[in-house]
Amino acid sequence: MSLDVTIDIIQKYWPMLLRGAGITLFISIIGTIVGALIGLAIGVIRTIPLPESGPKRTLLIIVDKILAAYIEFFRGTPMMVQSMFIFYGVAGVFGVQLNRLFAGVFIVSINTGAYMAEIVRGGILSIDPGQYEAAQAIGMNHYQTMMNVMLPQVIKNILPATGNEFVINIKDTSVLNVISVTELFFNTKSIASATFRFAEVYFVTCIIYFIMTYTVTKILRTIEKRLEGPKNYNIIGNQMQVERPEDIVRKKGDHWHDE
Amino acid sequence: MENIIEVRHLSKSFGSNEVLRDINFSVKKGEVVSIIGSSGSGKSTMLRCINLLEKPTGGEILYRGENILDPNHDIYSYRTKLGMVFQQFNLFNNHNVLSNCTVGQIKVLGRSKEEAEEIAMGYLKKVGMDRYINALPKQLSGGQKQRVAIARALSMEPDVMLFDEPTSALDPEMVGEVLEVMRDLADSGLTMLVVTHEMEFARDVSNRVIFMDKGVIAEEGTPEEIFNNPKEERTKAFLSRILN
Repeated sequence: MSLDVTIDIIQKYWPMLLRGAGITLFISIIGTIVGALIGLAIGVIRTIPLPESGPKRTLLIIVDKILAAYIEFFRGTPMMVQSMFIFYGVAGVFGVQLNRLFAGVFIVSINTGAYMAEIVRGGILSIDPGQYEAAQAIGMNHYQTMMNVMLPQVIKNILPATGNEFVINIKDTSVLNVISVTELFFNTKSIASATFRFAEVYFVTCIIYFIMTYTVTKILRTIEKRLEGPKNYNIIGNQMQVERPEDIVRKKGDHWHDE
Repeated sequence: MENIIEVRHLSKSFGSNEVLRDINFSVKKGEVVSIIGSSGSGKSTMLRCINLLEKPTGGEILYRGENILDPNHDIYSYRTKLGMVFQQFNLFNNHNVLSNCTVGQIKVLGRSKEEAEEIAMGYLKKVGMDRYINALPKQLSGGQKQRVAIARALSMEPDVMLFDEPTSALDPEMVGEVLEVMRDLADSGLTMLVVTHEMEFARDVSNRVIFMDKGVIAEEGTPEEIFNNPKEERTKAFLSRILN
């Protein structure tokens, strides 16, 4: 491996690498966001309290089973196989040629959704049920309780896990090369077979992946800290605000003495 | 005086465990009713049945003459008529003090933000928490949290306030501030149903005391009757245990 070749490759192929990195980021951002929304929606649906009888109970149980099947299926099969199945399978059975980028975003989204659903469920369970009861006691229904009380806290709690999903997605979009989505890994492969400089090409790509994941991790850490908020509270009308002019004068006098 | 709440033959079981049996009592407008009894006697479960946080297994609960256990009855609008104060405060951790008191008014009662804040400020002043409106629950002490929880319930302007052992999770020195707020509320003529271990409060503030034992109402009467002249053996035993 030589430094000169590495620099040559960067100089010659940077637009292609950058485009690949762009597609990778695009798919993983959209996939993570859509996946998180799917997860939140499933979390809300699966925590609806079951009525003791009636058609609503049957409906809820059926929906719950379907959602459970979705989660287990997508968590239990490789994304690479799912990509092939959805992209070529759908094309074969229905005769529709999906847009490759769209297919990529779709696959990453529903995969992330399956993982996020479980993360959200854990997040909801981690909030003490007293707050749910208090919201019910002031007359909120399930949806209002979720939107106004539970989910804002759930989202804060699951942010680290969501960030983790995002980082995983940045790396895992590389499997989409099997359906020829021109993300970073796919472009790297093309460059490598054009130059035959595997070590240098893949080294550069490693660095690009690392820069992306590391930046995302740092950004998310900052957001988490922001959301934490201060632990202490100064009551309104604190000492400074009720200070009388004579107090200020006296304080100044003290300072003068000290000096 | 009309009955606001009337409970008839109420029963509740968790599986085969029968925690409430044939409970009958009523609360009139402006009355303060204390419910006392040892732990596990079903006091809290009974209170939670009244606003349907627990679903009763049998019997009837009438609110202004309407049976709220009727499946067609709108439980959400019924619950807005009852204010509930919990042992563990249960403030919304993602809302500050003011917004804890306004979110229900805005989302459930459909009040405007300005109106809700004005009402909330009134009640926060009443409980002495108006200087903390921007504080988050995690920044408050237990007594402060409970006072905010009372203001939150009052902001919905309910007909009846339910208190579920409001001072049991507090440090001893904070019990006083919460009881003081509750005394004020009782004096202002609010209808209150209070599950409590504070015997002094039950004796001094309430119009009526209900003593529960093993899932039934063992004795019911005025504070004088219950505390000075209990008829039932169980009541005597409980009071001598708790007062000495």
